[in-house]
Order: sequence, then structure tokens, then C-alpha cells
Amino acid sequence: MTTSYQSGSLQTDQLYEYYRDLDRRRAATVDEYDAAAAAGAAADDARFALSQWRLMARKFVRNRAALAGGVVIVLFYLGAIFADFLVPYTLTTRYRERIYLPPQAIHFFDQGKFAPFVYGIKLEIDPVSFRKHYTRDETQKYPVQLFGRGEPYKALGLFESDRHLFGVEGDGVINLLGTDRQGRDMLTRIFLGSQISLTIGLVGVILSLTFGTVLGVVSGFFGGWVDDLIQRAIELVRSFPSIPLWMALSAAVPVHWPPLQVYFAVTLILSLIGWTWLARQLRGKILSLRHEDYILAAKLLGASNGRIIFKHLIPASIGHIIVVSTLAMPSMILAETALSFLGLGLQPPITSWGVLLQEVQDIQSIALYPWVFTPVLFIVLAILAFNFLGDGLRDAADPYTR
Amino acid sequence: MASVYPNNDYLLQIDELHTYFDTLDGTVRAVDGVSLAIKPGQTVGLVGESGCGKSVTAASVLRLLPQRTSRIVNGEILFRRRDGDTVDMAKLNPDGAVIRSIRGNEISMIFQEPLTSLSPVYTVGSQIAETVALHQAVSRREARERSIDLLAQVGIPNAAQRFDEYPHQFSGGMRQRAMIAMALSCQPRLLIADEPTTALDVTIQAQILELMKQLQADLGMAILIITHDLGVIAEMAETVAVMYLGKIVESGDVRTIFKRPLHPYTVGLLRSVPQLGSRAKERLTPIPGSVPDPFAVITGCAFHQRCPVPKTAACRGEVELTEVEPGHFVRCTLY
Repeated sequence: MTTSYQSGSLQTDQLYEYYRDLDRRRAATVDEYDAAAAAGAAADDARFALSQWRLMARKFVRNRAALAGGVVIVLFYLGAIFADFLVPYTLTTRYRERIYLPPQAIHFFDQGKFAPFVYGIKLEIDPVSFRKHYTRDETQKYPVQLFGRGEPYKALGLFESDRHLFGVEGDGVINLLGTDRQGRDMLTRIFLGSQISLTIGLVGVILSLTFGTVLGVVSGFFGGWVDDLIQRAIELVRSFPSIPLWMALSAAVPVHWPPLQVYFAVTLILSLIGWTWLARQLRGKILSLRHEDYILAAKLLGASNGRIIFKHLIPASIGHIIVVSTLAMPSMILAETALSFLGLGLQPPITSWGVLLQEVQDIQSIALYPWVFTPVLFIVLAILAFNFLGDGLRDAADPYTR
Repeated sequence: MASVYPNNDYLLQIDELHTYFDTLDGTVRAVDGVSLAIKPGQTVGLVGESGCGKSVTAASVLRLLPQRTSRIVNGEILFRRRDGDTVDMAKLNPDGAVIRSIRGNEISMIFQEPLTSLSPVYTVGSQIAETVALHQAVSRREARERSIDLLAQVGIPNAAQRFDEYPHQFSGGMRQRAMIAMALSCQPRLLIADEPTTALDVTIQAQILELMKQLQADLGMAILIITHDLGVIAEMAETVAVMYLGKIVESGDVRTIFKRPLHPYTVGLLRSVPQLGSRAKERLTPIPGSVPDPFAVITGCAFHQRCPVPKTAACRGEVELTEVEPGHFVRCTLY
């Protein structure tokens, strides 16, 4: 489709003239124009510059497994914080007539109405094998009470209370996961034990994180004899077989120490060995970051070494640090479990999952009372959840994977 | 959709191509109505700012875009093959055997950064021989012979020795030559050059362009040269198309476009080139404003916010490509 127009060169000249007009107007009002352009550019940037953290969050949320892991971890920790309230009994409650009780079931409907209850228990001892035999006593029904009054406890070690999420009144008992050798409720012990197990991981990781970050960064940044010294020390520590080393260190803990001090001593022991991994990794990361142009620029501007380390290198490796810490937690939990299982580390009356497992190291439990191994299920769930979470964080922090 | 170019003796005919990218932040209309035609043996230039969609057009022709996020919404890419058949490349399966027999064989592409386009862990020679071996049934020795010939043809001295060297042992210009050798190994009928000289210094640039022109004469192939450098266009192209934000705004014979540009954007581009010999402290004259947000869908003419010509209501409506003189197309409300 052709249209007629003024002869080509005239039209072109006109266009050039329009631009020259524009230039003249711009020259007259240069500052206005620049400010307007800058404002426009800033608005554009705001629209495009999703901060690094928001990009990471978005990527993380798209990873379903990681999200599930995160939710499970949060639930576990909430359960640990509110454990005293959530469980019907305390650590020391025991029922001598309910030793090795199998898990009880809650029945939700009482003759058509929604009224949860449990049946009573009758104990019979077989006269020949002396085996205990529990039968359901359908004549006794104990309704389950929500927010009822039960054994008193100190919530979070701060204030007294005796309200529990659920429980039964009178002389009824409710043991959703059964009882152990001394008639203590398994559910209670697992939840209260999680307080120790989960926080040991936390405290231990914070300690080894601090230690490992400082040593790793110093080693990577300064190089030379400092680097050599620290790396040889790391190798020395790592070359010891871990379990004998733990045993030796645990044996060094004085027996008369109060439980809380023992707890902290154990965390210290675990983190004294755990920091080497993080230190090595950070050293590698710092070695590669050291040669980046922005570090050179900082040096040229007169930044001190300390400033370069804390303001540039460590923030650049924070993604890495977070991920390594999240993945170090399950190994701390497992390490504590292993230690307590072996009888070192924590001892009763402190309860952790490892201690719970230590009490059931006999053929009786495996063969006859398998419900006492439920802590294993919780340990596995926690470790899996931490692993998924750590994997998801690592994927989210890595800008190069889809 | 009626084709803008009704003729049928074209080698490659892109007709109203629309390629969109689906991202989490919205849909980017990278190519929004591009029509282009290349005759056998012709050199066509595609020029525009960074981000206007030139490289995406080339990648769409060869179906090299990621399948998960990009889609060719509509349009046809008609290519006449060696055996006379015409195939619509937009409809081909991007992983299929047909497109793989076209890539490297009948349509070749060379890229901007030869160091990242050549694999650092294989020798240069083996990479060229790989292309030969993929499309022609020859023995390994013959493939090697052919590759050495090609290296010599593109002007690499000591070709037989260079065959066994790695890309990092080549200089920038030589790597680009090696890539050209790889692209020409099967004597394609169309070479798509995506900013081939942007990463090179000016003297090497001249050599590479000279080489491409000579090889074009030897092999009789067409070239689609994509660049933002108007000097390269003036040197190489016979026909040129100017792109802005995914659309072609002006196209025609290169002398006409340079001497009598009719679209305000083309005029702005030509004005913004710094002139050798201009007085010191003379202000540079860029086009005011900046390229709009690629996620925004602009109604009407994409350039109208930056255009120095007084705007009319028509600027906010659909603007078609009109043929103002034979072979010279402009997309502007002035015509």
C-alpha cells in the first residue's frame, strides 16, 4: 500500500529539525530533564530490583519438599517450647501399675456424641510366665478433658502452671504412646526430651558457627603461616576418630556437676569437633572471593582488613553459612543421640531422645515392647526435615540453578 | 494474515512473528510482529538498541529458545531448503530431526562471544570436525582434512598445527574466524551473525567483516547480520530493518535508510552516532528517555513517548507497516 507524501528528503529534514528543537529545549531546561530522567530510572529500578532475600524466598517457597521440611521443623520447635503444656504428665510421673503399657487408643464417639474418652485398664499377670497382660476395661470410661488441671509444672522454667492441653480426671490414665519400664508416659517423655535434643543442636551449631566462621575467614583471608597453622590444627582435630574423642571428653566431665552444666559441657564438646567442617568450607569460599574486584576496590579506598572481612566477605558468604548450619544441625542431633545412647553425655534424669533410647537397649524391649522405640521415629522425622530444609535453602541461595 | 512480502523466491521469509516469554513477573513480548525476507545471496541487517528483540528473532528462527518459558505465539518462518521444499520452522518440533538437519547444515549461526561459544575442553579442530561429521557421512580423516582446509580458508595460518590447539590459545579475532569456519563447514545457504564483531577491536572487526564478505561471494550464501552498530550495517548490508521493542519500525535499502530515514527513531539513531571531527565539548545527542519496561504492554506506537514529533491521537492506536516507496517500509502515523 503506497501513500503519497512529501518528497523524501524534505520529510527527513523535517524530522532532523524536530530533534534539534528538542535539543534546544533540553539545553534550556537541563536540570529538570535530568531530574525527571533520574526519577523515571529510579522508579524502573524499584520495579525490577527484587532484593536478594525476596528472590531467595520466592525460590524456596516453590520447593515443596523444603517447605514441608520447614513446616515440620517449626512444629517440632513449637512442640518443644510448649511441651510442658501439650503433654498430660511430667517427666517424673510414673504409674507402677502401668509398666510397659501398650499405646492406648482414644475413642472419639460416645454413643453417637462427639466425646473423646479412654477405657480403663485392667492388669493381669500370667501365673506361669509372669508376663503382664493388659486388657481394656470397658466398664470404666474416662472422658478426655481439654485444658484440664493436671500435674503442676514450671512452664519454660519461668512460671508455675498446672493446665495441660489434654488429660483425664480421677484415677484414669491416658498413654497415647504407651509407657516405659517404670510406667512413665512415652508421649510425655518424647516431647520433653525433644526440648533437650533440639536445642542442643541449636546451641551447638551457634557455637561451632562462630568458631568456624572466625577461624575459616582468618585462615582464608590472611594466608601464609596463619593459614598453615589453622589448617594443621583442623587436620589434627579431624584425624581423631570421633567417638573415642567424644568418650574421652565426656569422661572428663566431673560427675558431680548439675545437669544443666553437663548439658552445656556436652554441647561444647560436640561443637569443638563440628567447627572444622564449616571452617574448611568458608576458607575455600574466602579464597575465591578474595580476588574479586570489589575487594580490591575496598582496599584501594583504604578499608582496613577487619572492615573488609566483616562488611564484605562475611555478608557475601552468609548464604553459605546459613545452609551449612542448617545441615550441621541434624548431625549434632545425631551426635548427641549417639553419645547418650552410649551412656556418655547426658544421663537420666535429664531426658533427651538419646537417653530414651539408652534405656531400652535390651532384647525385651525389641521383642516385647516395641513402642518404646518411638523416639526413633521422631529423630528420623527431625533429621529428614532438617535435610530437606537445608537442601531447599541451598538451592534457593544458589543463583545458578533453575 | 496477508504477507507483507508476497513474492515467492525468498530463501527465508519471517511473517508476523510473535515470540513471548512467560516469567513469574509477567509476559515479555520480546518479538511482537516481525516480518523479514531474505533472498538467496543477499545480506540483510537487523539493527536496534539492546533489548529490542534482535537476538530473540534469530534464536526463534532456529528454535533455540528455552521451551519451558518461551513460545512462538503466532507467525510463520518459511525456509526454502536445498531440495526445494519449503518448511515452516515455527511449526517444527524444536528437538526433532528436521530442525537438527537444518541447523549447522543449511542455516548456521555465529555468536557474539567466541570464547564462551567454543567449548574450552575440546580442541578447536575437533569442534569443527564435529560439525562436519554430524551432517556429512565422511571418515574421521576426511573430516579432519576438511576442517584444516576451512581453517586455512578463514585465514588462520599454520592451520594443520592450529587444529589441535584449544580455544584459549587463540586470540579473539582468530576465535571468531574459527567459529566462522565451523559455521561454514557444511556450506549453509544462510548465515545468521548475531553481533559477530561487538567483542572485537576495530581493526579486527574490519578483517572479520572483510572475510565474511569474501566467503559470501565464494559460497553464494545469504547473511542476516544482527548488530547495534550502524557502521557495520553500512559496511555489510544491502537491506536493513530497524527494530524497536519487538517490532520493525523501518526497513528498506540501506542507502535509502541512511540518507533519507523516515521514522523518527531511525533519525534519532543516526543522530546519536558521535561524529569523527566534531568539535570538542559539543554535546552528544542521544534519544531522550529510555526503553520502556519490557513487561509493560504499550498500546499503539511503542516509540511515541520519546518521539520529538508532536503526537496525535493516532499514535496511541495500532500502527501498521506501510510501504511509502517500493521496498521502503515505515511504521509511523506520519505516513
